[in-house]
Amino acid sequence: MKIMLAEQPFEPWQLVAEHQRLLDAGGQYGAATVFVGSMRDFNLGDQVQSMFLEHYPGMTERHLEKIAQQAEQQWPLLEVLICHRVGQINPADAIVVTAVWSAHRGEAFEACRYLIEELKHRAPFWKKEQTADGPRWVAENTPAE
Amino acid sequence: MPITVKFFAAMKEQTGKDEERLPIGSMATVADVWKAATGQQEMPEHTLCARNMEYVQPDEAVTDGDEIAFFPLVTGGAL
Repeated sequence: MKIMLAEQPFEPWQLVAEHQRLLDAGGQYGAATVFVGSMRDFNLGDQVQSMFLEHYPGMTERHLEKIAQQAEQQWPLLEVLICHRVGQINPADAIVVTAVWSAHRGEAFEACRYLIEELKHRAPFWKKEQTADGPRWVAENTPAE
Repeated sequence: MPITVKFFAAMKEQTGKDEERLPIGSMATVADVWKAATGQQEMPEHTLCARNMEYVQPDEAVTDGDEIAFFPLVTGGAL
């Protein structure tokens, strides 16, 4: 399991590829699923110029670890990777990546979805968007669909 | 040891407080900590509370040295 908070922009696909290379588990996994969430330049009908993602140092990391542990208990996974940005974020920047490696695709898809949905609903992150009308806190999660 | 109180996001702006330390005095619950830290204000609806970095309800008991945090609903990464 690897859990990371990134204060600077990161390249999610490079991170996943590098993690898989270091995993050194070729032949063991038959499935890898990856979710990448990026910053949109629109929300709630407004153009968004940038945002600041605040977190609770210590509790946020602990919570991400707990979510990953819960996924590992629920499905037979070989590896879980979560990386989440914090701080100042611009449109098109990657915000989060969740990746799962497992023997079969069923648990890989389900666990990856579980990670991102749990993370969005429970992990202590708060978005402050910068719009033409000034800054605003985002009060609720975006819907999944 | 005093109790450490932390506020995050909009709640930090609303209370004008980031972090402070309070003697436990007669505080028995997380809700008591809120009142002591905010000058007896009512806790806004939907406030989330954490004790030592775990989610708890406002009626959770507190002890010396605890870290108590108050914050609004969380907003995770964009889908």
